[in-house]
Amino acid sequence: MQKLKTFPKGGVHPPEHKLSAGSPIETLPVSGRVAIPVVQHLGAPAEPVVQRGEEVKVGQLLAKGTGFVSANVHAPVSGKVFRIDKKFDASGYKRTSVIIDINGDDWDPEIDRSTTLRKEITASREEIIEKVQAAGIVGMGGATFPTHVKLNVPRGKKADILIINGVECEPFLTADHRLMLERGEELVVGIRILMKALAVTTAVIGIENNKPDAIDHLTKLTADEPGITVQPLKVKYPQGGEKQLIKAITGREVPSGGLPVDVGAVVHNVGTTLAAYEAVQKNKPLIERIVTVTGKSVAKPSNFLVRIGTPISALIDAAGGLPEDTGKVVLGGPMMGKAVSKLDIPVTKGTSGVLIIPDNEAHRAPVEPCIRCAKCVSVCPMGLEPYLLMDLGVYEKFERAQNERVMDCIECGSCSYICPADRPLLDYIRLDKLRVGEMIRKARQAAK
Amino acid sequence: MSDIVLYTVISLTLLGILAAVILYFVAQKFKVVEDPRIDAVEEVLPHANCGGCGYPGCRPFAEACVKADSLDDLFCPVGGNEVMAKVAEILGLEAVEAEPRVAVIRCQGSYEHRPRTSRYEGASTCAIEHALYTGDTDCPYGCLGLGDCVAACDFEALFMDEKTGLPYVIDENCVACGACVEACPRDIIELRKRNKRDRKIFVSCINEEKGGVARQYCKVACIGCSKCFQVCPFDAITMGNNLAFIDSDACKLCRKCVVVCPTDSILEINFPPRKEPKEVKPAAAKKAVPPKQEKAAPAVAAAKETVAVKEKEQEKEKKAENIPAEEKASEKDAGGEDEKKKEAGGSSPEEKKGS
Amino acid sequence: MDKLLTVSMSPHAHGRDTTPKLMLGVVIALLPAWAASVWFFGWGALYVPVLSVLFSVIFEYLIAKYLLKKEPSIRDGSAVVTGLLLAFTLPVNIPVWILAIGTLVAIGVGKMSFGGLGTNPFNPALVGRVFLFISFPVQMTSWPLPKGFATADAVTGATPLGLLKEGMRQGEHVANMVRELPTNYDMFMGHMGGSMGEVAAVALLLGFLYLLWRRIITWHIPVTILTTVFLFSGLMWLINPADNASPVFHLLSGGLMLGAIFMATDYVTSPMTPQGMVWYGVGIGLLTVIIRRWGAYPEGVQFAILIMNAFVPLINMYVKPKRFGEVKKNG
Ligand code: SF4
Ligand code: SF4
Repeated sequence: MQKLKTFPKGGVHPPEHKLSAGSPIETLPVSGRVAIPVVQHLGAPAEPVVQRGEEVKVGQLLAKGTGFVSANVHAPVSGKVFRIDKKFDASGYKRTSVIIDINGDDWDPEIDRSTTLRKEITASREEIIEKVQAAGIVGMGGATFPTHVKLNVPRGKKADILIINGVECEPFLTADHRLMLERGEELVVGIRILMKALAVTTAVIGIENNKPDAIDHLTKLTADEPGITVQPLKVKYPQGGEKQLIKAITGREVPSGGLPVDVGAVVHNVGTTLAAYEAVQKNKPLIERIVTVTGKSVAKPSNFLVRIGTPISALIDAAGGLPEDTGKVVLGGPMMGKAVSKLDIPVTKGTSGVLIIPDNEAHRAPVEPCIRCAKCVSVCPMGLEPYLLMDLGVYEKFERAQNERVMDCIECGSCSYICPADRPLLDYIRLDKLRVGEMIRKARQAAK
Repeated sequence: MSDIVLYTVISLTLLGILAAVILYFVAQKFKVVEDPRIDAVEEVLPHANCGGCGYPGCRPFAEACVKADSLDDLFCPVGGNEVMAKVAEILGLEAVEAEPRVAVIRCQGSYEHRPRTSRYEGASTCAIEHALYTGDTDCPYGCLGLGDCVAACDFEALFMDEKTGLPYVIDENCVACGACVEACPRDIIELRKRNKRDRKIFVSCINEEKGGVARQYCKVACIGCSKCFQVCPFDAITMGNNLAFIDSDACKLCRKCVVVCPTDSILEINFPPRKEPKEVKPAAAKKAVPPKQEKAAPAVAAAKETVAVKEKEQEKEKKAENIPAEEKASEKDAGGEDEKKKEAGGSSPEEKKGS
Repeated sequence: MDKLLTVSMSPHAHGRDTTPKLMLGVVIALLPAWAASVWFFGWGALYVPVLSVLFSVIFEYLIAKYLLKKEPSIRDGSAVVTGLLLAFTLPVNIPVWILAIGTLVAIGVGKMSFGGLGTNPFNPALVGRVFLFISFPVQMTSWPLPKGFATADAVTGATPLGLLKEGMRQGEHVANMVRELPTNYDMFMGHMGGSMGEVAAVALLLGFLYLLWRRIITWHIPVTILTTVFLFSGLMWLINPADNASPVFHLLSGGLMLGAIFMATDYVTSPMTPQGMVWYGVGIGLLTVIIRRWGAYPEGVQFAILIMNAFVPLINMYVKPKRFGEVKKNG
């Protein structure tokens, strides 16, 4: 076994609870009426291009991305557009969505639905990027940043390594793990495609060491793939943070405020890579994804392949229903996921998991005074001082917070996790970031 | 021994003189020639340093006044016209009269009116809760009840009403500095013209949803039915975004709109009782109570009364199962105008006061 | 769904550490030293710390409740640690009323007057101890010599450091005093005069290992203090062995171990960053040796720690952790 790599500073070790690691991916059908939000990515919203009452096929374009940093949205189901209306998103705020009454499963004939592996890559570099953009692919680890933007290396910069993020450092989640085990062949072709798009010759798949089967499997698959290697990583959160992963694998540090490509690295999640394979080789836009439904009280922790737009309540039902004592439902993992107030919200491109937390673990302990134990400082992977940033937030000293580099925070939550006094460190750090962001924007406007 | 004393005295004296000389030159070097009028202006300002004028404090405001050619855009809300007149006099400029204003809370989503649909845990500030999600009710526009505005107020003019979970304004303390307006992440607070005896009429809702949806969120939401718009004899009401808005400058306080609002979304505050027996509703609410207690006291009374009237529902509400109560109420409200008013004698006044 | 879901910001998980657990960990780490002192000083060493803890907790409760009028937070266990540490710096034959005054000062002045846990700039136990030391010099410097478990009436005498200072004052050469001083081995095992908790270096080191294992503290502060003391005193010893005690003697004598491992690492009064901790440790080490060698008191650890406590806000202000992505930016 190779030597384990890791990022040097900070990090925590939350219990892993990978309950659904052994459950193979199941395809979950969807019926009835679904709402497809037109914004499922970071960046400018997409414009709906279908009309009320229009019949749509699976894979048909529903909304077109506006501008470069934006992403298309395709119909994940076939049926009739009932309405274009505002629907709840995960925050409870309403977002424009295309609401479709499902009728059959009628696919766009352009899409190759066979499961045969298409290995040789005929598309040129430009075609790949074009196809990825057309397919509306975004970062599927949760950040939902449009993938084609990351594939377009800015002029004057050069990428020399592609890092595939199969770390899945969040406790509970197993979607990427299952994907690597079950769709490994396609994944490897996907990596080749991304390598071609970026014109790099090296690709490293980073996998945390708690998934030895995935490491073995991919090592075997990549044995005669020149340039692609598998790198086992130490189990430590947030190993899968983009900057931490780059540091762990290449030893390079993305400069504060900079992009990974500044140090020649580009990181893509395994889910994104698979989506790129399907888009380029099979013409299939991003209309489904793998979602883990898990939690200590869940009857049947599972991994589902679902269409975008499936309400999470349907997923929970398929995993054995919502347990009696549920206190919290989180989209994503426990460290960075988003708690939701309702269950009739749709799965979107960035939904990696649905985590159900029983009531006795769903609440925060009362906040106590900071004992200045410095644990938050020592776990922060970004070298920040969370206790100080929180105080600056409480006392509204946002300029100082900016000088203390609050904008570098990756919101990994390690500080709040470790704090023995249960202080809501990240809550206030987010407030800092909000206000500092406003300040920066204002300053920029003033400069103009 | 005496030597030591002598040397000490001498060296200390020398040091003192040296320091004095240095200080003198430093002071000379960094001396800033300031317009003496700045001091004069600052003198007449209220020294609240609240930032209500848009400047960081009273002195920067004074500087801005001295620099400015006219006082058009400069106004000290705390000092009001009186102080601005003095400032104008000092500077030899024309004072611009500004209408005195007062903050109003445009949300009535009390515990009673708006069902809680989740529980929020975390840092107790509205800004954070707002950034996270809609808040513990479904209404994405309404008050979050964590009191960022109260914290922002330097004049003790805002308080959180524990009964309703909403802030309320103590009119006489409010100087309309606008700090709360800035602080509220949902833009609920508005500065409106201050009328005689602090009378106010305003639409206490900013929910832009369509009527049906808005009512799901909150019993007293403005549903944009435009009844008030039609009844207003002075064209003071405008409709937009499924909302009615009363222009405080055009409003003549005739109170016609209050009566027609089917959801009790329009509030009238500090009015004497109505004469017509038909309109018992507001009469009960608006006793000539001094403004300070006006909101607090009836709130308590209202709560007590409510307990008496709908004891059962109240109990249920405590268990966070206020849906039945909610539905009953909306059925009632959905009934015809007159019917509603008859019935309203029992329940509506408290609701109104309770907000 | 009839129950409301809870919504809060991430993270939705929390580590197992809590303030009371950490404090309990410190108490556990102090147990070996406590056992050692019972072994050396007899039953007195058993009940004095217990009394001290009781006093501390009671005073904290009363002050919080009746003077500060806030919810007493004795649950956090910090008063227990303060009481225990204070007792460990006192001679075993301390009169109870002095102990009571000491805890009152430690808790009342050292901690609560600044607003309670987390806000006090100085280590409360040391505040109490130094106050007693200055107010009751006689009682505070009649150190019982360890006579083992059986003897009830301990003989009192000076600590090794006291002997050293006294000797030096009389102009004796250190080399000549060696006979009077305990051997290194005796000091390591605790056969020397001193306060309850400081005598057995081996027991304190055991506690240190426990603290490290539980990740309650990091190695930075104790290790830098001990290294600095060793290097600095070693340097002086090499230059002039006649006037200076050996570095090993410095390491093992007095309250250095107790101070370095348990006092200087007090969360509230130590710096927040590893880099800051190193500076702080070096400062304490230097000051300790300087006070021991040239100061008026034989022992310097407590003063050194209190002095460096005063610098902690400054250290926190200027010594920042290495930020991720900082180096590359500048070059
Ligand atoms: S400050 Fe930000 S980056 Fe650092 S531990 Fe906290 S959440 Fe993570
Ligand atoms: S982890 Fe919590 S208690 Fe410790 S220093 Fe940070 S904020 Fe304070």
